[in-house]
Amino acid sequence: MSEQEGKGDLGLVALTKSFASFTAVHPLDLTVPQGSFFALLGPSGCGKTTTLRMIAGLEEPTGGRIRIGDSDITHTKAYQRNVNTVFQSYALFPHMSVLDNVMFGLRRRGDKDAKAKANEVLELVQLGQVSDKKPTQLSGGMQQRVALARALVNRPDVLLLDEPLGALDLKLRRQMQIELKRIQQEVGLTFIHVTHDQEEAMTMADSIAVMNAGRLEQLGDPATLYEQPQSTFVANFLGQSNLLRATVNPGGTDHIVTVRTHDTDLEVSREHLPDGVNDVWLGVRPEKLRLGEAGGPNHLRGTVRDVSFSGVATQYSVQMPWGQELIVVQQNDGTARAALGENVTVSWAAQHGFALDASQDAEAGAELVDDHG
Amino acid sequence: MAEGSVLSTGSSAPPSRRRRNWVPYALLLPGLLWLVVFFVLPMVTLGSQSLQEGNVDDGYTFTGNVGIYADALRQYWPQYLRSFLYAGTATVLALLLGYPLAYFIAQKAGRYKNLVLVLVIAPFFTSFLIRTLAWRTILSDDWFVTTWAQKLHITDLLQAVGLTSNDSLLNSKFAVIMGLTYNFLPFMILPLYTSLERLDPRLIEAAGDLYASPWQTFRKVTWPLSLPGVVAGTLLTFIPAAGDFINARLLGNTQTTMIGSVIDSQFLRVLDYPLAAALSFILLILIVGIVSVYVRRAGTEELL
Repeated sequence: MSEQEGKGDLGLVALTKSFASFTAVHPLDLTVPQGSFFALLGPSGCGKTTTLRMIAGLEEPTGGRIRIGDSDITHTKAYQRNVNTVFQSYALFPHMSVLDNVMFGLRRRGDKDAKAKANEVLELVQLGQVSDKKPTQLSGGMQQRVALARALVNRPDVLLLDEPLGALDLKLRRQMQIELKRIQQEVGLTFIHVTHDQEEAMTMADSIAVMNAGRLEQLGDPATLYEQPQSTFVANFLGQSNLLRATVNPGGTDHIVTVRTHDTDLEVSREHLPDGVNDVWLGVRPEKLRLGEAGGPNHLRGTVRDVSFSGVATQYSVQMPWGQELIVVQQNDGTARAALGENVTVSWAAQHGFALDASQDAEAGAELVDDHG
Repeated sequence: MAEGSVLSTGSSAPPSRRRRNWVPYALLLPGLLWLVVFFVLPMVTLGSQSLQEGNVDDGYTFTGNVGIYADALRQYWPQYLRSFLYAGTATVLALLLGYPLAYFIAQKAGRYKNLVLVLVIAPFFTSFLIRTLAWRTILSDDWFVTTWAQKLHITDLLQAVGLTSNDSLLNSKFAVIMGLTYNFLPFMILPLYTSLERLDPRLIEAAGDLYASPWQTFRKVTWPLSLPGVVAGTLLTFIPAAGDFINARLLGNTQTTMIGSVIDSQFLRVLDYPLAAALSFILLILIVGIVSVYVRRAGTEELL
């Protein structure tokens, strides 16, 4: 991917944006490797769109620098940057045909092959047959692809996507996610995708920067973010987490540490425990929990309070003696099911837990997920 | 209508359905009546008047004297030409002045939008006549506008290009065109404003994002999308300006007579009704001709 030794990497250095009454983006440092599919993920108002607009040149940063490779583009005008945006509203020119829309950028640069290139990209997004139509004559999904083609055709150093799938229905969105990923791999450009949909970000991106309240919460590949979140916000915003309040017991081995929660000792991998912290939230993902004792050395007993069967899996809500309900998702793989009101043991392996500093709010990020569905 | 009847099949009974059918026509009726009484009938009267011969004292008889149209054109073509030139110049000036203002109000004025719009319409609170008379004061020889223009040699410049004939500003082509521009400016600004107000600022961002400089963005995106407003504004300015007679009378001289003044004096002073009617008809036909060529060339059908 970065054979050229990061010649076209996008670098943000202490990038800041303040408005009169609040700071939208606190000093942000980020490097996006050339050719990667990068997602900026966070709830609305977290500063991700402002960051995107600063990269596009549509918003003037209050401080910091933006670099592409060796060149500093912080104060370059939007129309002089080799960066293109796929707008959330598509912003297609209503008075031009699809083909003219796609050729717009090439024409401004005096490209002689504008028409051939535009047609080629329209084929890539499977819109070759509608190039003479006006954007308003197309469906939402087609308009979305025109917007993508219009940006893509210029082969920008960085292609910015601002919630590009937000206006599409679920089925079309899934289809476009796969499509976008395919196109990105085919053209090999750097894509920066802004979204509030964690599933979308995880499906498509090579790496994800999770933002919250104008700050970078965590940066990593989807699996790492999911398996080893470093804050309760990330634990809750990316999927669900069961968080148990615990204290770290002294000692332990090189690999395993025990923590105590409600008079029970539980094992957790040492590498999943932040250094120098005594009070922790012990987190486990619902699908890592098993009903019965087969899941691993960590056992908790409780009562099944809710069962919901969704075909591929069953979700249980298991109430602990101290009132907290743990969510357990069990694959529909033939293992025994539990009934409502049954007393069950919940178990999991040490490496499936992660510990987070207990000074954080256990609910951070959880309430935001449902807002967006 | 088709939709309405589909919706009504479910619950409504036949009587209400019958009523629904004549309601739209009933709503059209007052407007139609108005047009028939105050537009169609006068047009017919005017048309027949132009083909009559006689005089006020002895009465007029219909003779089908088509030759009067040729006579009218032959005698007054300079006034027609002048009217269209003045109106055209005033329209261009109003567009140049109005476009930036309308753009500002629509896209940048923010919470002052309504205030500025009221300021644009404010002149309508006084009569057309008084506003034009005010220009006599503004351009009078002893007021600062003229004295400054003289000091800055603007008067010399205007004289050199033939817009004035001496050292003063009043009673000249210049004054007439200024008066026309001023009086019809709001008719230019309002349709432009409506058009530019609808312009999605994100399209301007998108153009910038696609390497268009501010000037290219204007030429390729803002201007084409505001064309309906430009066409409406220029028509609303040009048409009444071409037929205007107040500005030429109050601010001009004998060499700046516009066709409106000629018609006015033929009707009300000379009392040659057939000639006045023919002149009016010719003006009407010329304007319709100019406007239809203009609208076709502006190519706004698909934008509207």
